[in-house]
Amino acid sequence: MTIASSSPPSRLPLRGAEGAGTTPRTGRARARERGGDGRLAAVFVAPALLGFTVFLLWPTLRGIYLSFTRFNLLTPAEWVGLDNYVRMVHDPIFWDSLKVTVEYVVINIGVQTVSALAIAVLLQRLTQSAVLRGIVLTPYLMSNVVAGLVWLWILDNQLGIGNEIIAGLGFDRIPFLADETWAIPTIALINVWRHVGYTALLLFAGLQAIPNDVYEAAKVDGAGEWRMFWRITMPLLRPVLAVVLIMTVIGSFQVFDTVAVTTAGGPANATNVLQYYIYGAAFGRFQFGYASAMSVALLVVLSAITVLQYRITRAGQSDLG
Amino acid sequence: MAAVTTTTTTRIRPLGRRPSLGRIAAWAVMAAIVLVTLLPFYWILRTALSTNPGLAAHPGDPLPVDPSMGGFERALGLQSTKEAIAQGGAGGGLKFWRYLLNSVIVSTLITGCQIFFSAMAAYAFARLRWRGRDKVFGLFLAGLMVPTIFTLLPNFVLIKQLGLVDNLLGIALPTMFMTPFAVFFLRQFFMNIPSEVEEAALLDGAGKVRIFFRVLLPMASTPIMTLAVLTYITAWNDYFWPLMVSYSDSSRVLTVALAIFRAQTPQTGTDWSGLMAATLIAALPMLVLFGFFARRIVGSISFTGIK
Repeated sequence: MTIASSSPPSRLPLRGAEGAGTTPRTGRARARERGGDGRLAAVFVAPALLGFTVFLLWPTLRGIYLSFTRFNLLTPAEWVGLDNYVRMVHDPIFWDSLKVTVEYVVINIGVQTVSALAIAVLLQRLTQSAVLRGIVLTPYLMSNVVAGLVWLWILDNQLGIGNEIIAGLGFDRIPFLADETWAIPTIALINVWRHVGYTALLLFAGLQAIPNDVYEAAKVDGAGEWRMFWRITMPLLRPVLAVVLIMTVIGSFQVFDTVAVTTAGGPANATNVLQYYIYGAAFGRFQFGYASAMSVALLVVLSAITVLQYRITRAGQSDLG
Repeated sequence: MAAVTTTTTTRIRPLGRRPSLGRIAAWAVMAAIVLVTLLPFYWILRTALSTNPGLAAHPGDPLPVDPSMGGFERALGLQSTKEAIAQGGAGGGLKFWRYLLNSVIVSTLITGCQIFFSAMAAYAFARLRWRGRDKVFGLFLAGLMVPTIFTLLPNFVLIKQLGLVDNLLGIALPTMFMTPFAVFFLRQFFMNIPSEVEEAALLDGAGKVRIFFRVLLPMASTPIMTLAVLTYITAWNDYFWPLMVSYSDSSRVLTVALAIFRAQTPQTGTDWSGLMAATLIAALPMLVLFGFFARRIVGSISFTGIK
């Protein structure tokens, strides 16, 4: 993940390293003059730093440590070296769930990115309506659980309106979430429904940064909307698109909720995504060590993808200005 | 995830008014998008207001079949077990008011504390001078790289050791103090406030604590509000973490309760009417919240950061 408009830390004003620790009498006044606020800063940073250390830094290190142990919550973790990783490499279900996850991510991100781009461009070039932007964002307000349940009902094989329409048009009913081939694409599209609006608004914000003069000039030169999209919008949106892609891919790999409420990993492990398998290993079979090892694997995959995407798409550079 | 700024966007004039074929097609696409976005919401309402036998008999009817409040009564636990089973419910006692209250407590606790502590830290990173500041901030930035999901398992082990499993505090605790994103985002905002504002207050004899509470915090009310609403929505919608930590009614939040409601399928088939009523009740507070803040949020979702 990267941050688009972050100023590099080097731009920070120099810290007053020499400001603290003078004689008690003048210490306070001096600190004020030189701007050293060590004690005050300690108070202000303390809660966040405590939370950061206890619930982010420590768990991250501990998660890596646990991946080298056998641990069932009840007895202390026992160091087993690389055993969990060896097991993982030889676990066909792990590889299968990785495959299912990648399939999910490809469909989810593919459809979502193209749709979000289309919606963003429509919101920019067709209308500037804030109401429409609000409407597009509504599914994002629902939890994944709610989105999953609603579509489970709409796509129900017997009573769902989706299948009613399909049957009404004279086609065979599709067992969307109960079929091995259909289940993953269906879950991927349900999550597109929930997230596409938010992604579109992020891209829309990126589009707003493109100066209107560019479009005006292109129009004077006789360029049509289609041509302007490929020649102006796409190249100038690229840095934003790249960061949004990295964000959404990372989120997409963590799919769990929708699977948990719609298919519970089935049918026949067809939707046993990695995070669901990890959850099962930890809370179903109490193999916290093995679950941690798979989490580390996911972490490595995500980091690699981030670096790779960042490189390929040159996310840090802008063609603007 | 939440990427927010408060810059006002420059309006770009829509294309010429002459309706061309392309424009008509574009509007048609837009209408289709709105339809796909909103129809599921109507379908929730339509189903919730129907009875289960009615739904089975007329699955394609666009209006509520055999209109009844039975679904809502079951979701809110207002029906007796016998009544509920007769109408196609599971009859399992669901204490929706309890779950609703739990969700409110957890989300409020997370949002209030997280934003306040993050703002304090952001101020220290942006405006105070102290030894090691850049290093600590660099550490926070590195924290942005760790996917939340990676910390869930070890955090569960920690919460269990703290004896906070099946406790609302245990659900809130990991995100109560800060998220790297909130700190980063608010720091950006504080850094953009001209230092003259602060210096003027300093000359008036105000201390830095006072300046933070009386000057900077009020100036940051818009980004803080946006961040708070998005944090609230995220906390409210979270499922995975509460699922790990809560086991009983005392700490169950709405998302987890919904999934359990779904799993309690009665023999006659899923209680769709009750399930959709419960879904609506779970989603409604966020729709109302969004209704109040929509204009501000929609205008300020932008591309400054990451989730």
